[in-house]
Amino acid sequence: MRNPLSEKVVKIKPSGIRKFFDVVSEMPDAISLGVGEPDFDTPWHVRDEGIYALEKGKTFYTSNAGLMELREEICKYYTRKFNATYDPAKECLITVGGSEGIDIGLRAMLDPGDEVIIPEPCYVSYLPCVELADGVPVRIPLKAENEFRLTPEELEAAITDKTKVVILPFPNNPTGAIMEREDLEKIAKIIIAHDLYVMSDEIYAELTYGKKHVSIASLPGMRDRTIVINGFSKAYAMTGWRLGYALAPEVICEQMTKIHQFAIMCAPTNSQYAAIDAVRDGDKDIEVMVRAYDQRRNFLMQTFKEMNIECFEPFGAFYVFPCIKQFGMTSDEFATRLLMEEKVAVVPGTAFGDCGEGFLRISYAYSIEELKEALGRIKHFIDNLG
Amino acid sequence: MRTKILNLIEEDCKLTAKDIAAMIGEEEAAVAAEITALEKEKVICGYTSIIDWDKTENEFVTALIELKVTPQRGEGFDKIAERISNYPEVDTVYLMSGAYDFAVIIKGKTMKEVSLFVSGKLAPMEAVVGTATHFVLKKYKEHGVKLTNNNKVERLAVMP
Repeated sequence: MRNPLSEKVVKIKPSGIRKFFDVVSEMPDAISLGVGEPDFDTPWHVRDEGIYALEKGKTFYTSNAGLMELREEICKYYTRKFNATYDPAKECLITVGGSEGIDIGLRAMLDPGDEVIIPEPCYVSYLPCVELADGVPVRIPLKAENEFRLTPEELEAAITDKTKVVILPFPNNPTGAIMEREDLEKIAKIIIAHDLYVMSDEIYAELTYGKKHVSIASLPGMRDRTIVINGFSKAYAMTGWRLGYALAPEVICEQMTKIHQFAIMCAPTNSQYAAIDAVRDGDKDIEVMVRAYDQRRNFLMQTFKEMNIECFEPFGAFYVFPCIKQFGMTSDEFATRLLMEEKVAVVPGTAFGDCGEGFLRISYAYSIEELKEALGRIKHFIDNLG
Repeated sequence: MRTKILNLIEEDCKLTAKDIAAMIGEEEAAVAAEITALEKEKVICGYTSIIDWDKTENEFVTALIELKVTPQRGEGFDKIAERISNYPEVDTVYLMSGAYDFAVIIKGKTMKEVSLFVSGKLAPMEAVVGTATHFVLKKYKEHGVKLTNNNKVERLAVMP
């Protein structure tokens, strides 16, 4: 029989997280700090709206780009919150989570051989999505001493004449790093000088602490060079609803919509109706969740300090990224032993890029009691290392 | 800092001063001192727990009593409220707007015990002109905590 598989697909590495997932699932008394989704339920008024839509029989396809009312609310929201304005009719596409936006955005822009700059550590899907779109990923290992922000020097050094797109994954999963206005202004200058495009993954935009998220699309000259990826999963605790959106200049959005039309048809109708209510009336829910995340973040930072574990202060997302180099183990060894000996699951930094070596991703999408118990076990673990 | 402490304690009074200090980014000693001050000033009036007695062997009844009263000259409602509050049987007393004046919540062992208390103690009070007793049949939510469902977390254990 002929090999049924595509060489391109077979070559793609499976996510490094899988192995931990398999072990933890078999361990009933394990505590996991390995989850990348909120612990909150979707706000009730949003769920209620979804139920109401079902009762009303809103179970048909929507237009390919998504409900106009939802696109209008999203565009209003982006202007109001992040000062970036896109046309709901032609520059907004409702996707199946932010993930779909990443995939079809790259497919819409890349020709074989086009280079895409990916700052690492980062979310696991950019690299395979670039490869699937026949692009060439060019990785920049970000540094802890820069608080895992992308510096203009690092970006400049990675650019070649084949570079087309720069991915900006901030606030960042797994590091919790953010890019502030001054950081972005320097990046924008380079983007414009080299005539590049930006895919700005802003899925954690609402989850920042003490500092407000700045969208690079709001900087002068950047709107027409930026595809904003966002969604409802993190801000409104709606992961399972599978709903995201992309904001992009018309020429790009049109092509993305074409791929979306053939691959997906439209995002789930029920989720779209619920999302209208989320984006219109969800500010207060976000405020409550952000306050809780911030308290847990403070709690973790303080506890790591007491344990003498080095950890830069993350201002975004719901992860801390402590450094464990002092224990003389790789991230993978540390995480594996921690799981086997103390039954605490964390994700090794290397799951998000080679430069995550020496770090762990710890999620604080958990209650204070769970965090306390888990951190107690981690302390026990490192105390026993001597 | 006061409001932050109060919000956290209201939600979970088992949090220690150390926990709270870490969560709001303050010094432990400062938080401990503030809690003591709040207790002294009776801003924090006590620490209690939410118990779903229905899950135990113990039988209790809870009743909400609507009271209509005639406020007394020169004393208003406060004096009457004070007298009602003095009964240890009375759990909660609120002055209300609308169709009646006081909402009184009473916990007792049996319906008979509660009824006897209302007819024997509350109704005969001089200022009281009418009562209506409503017994609680089932508690679904108390102090922001749902008592009925035990939702299991269904998140996957490890996700990118």
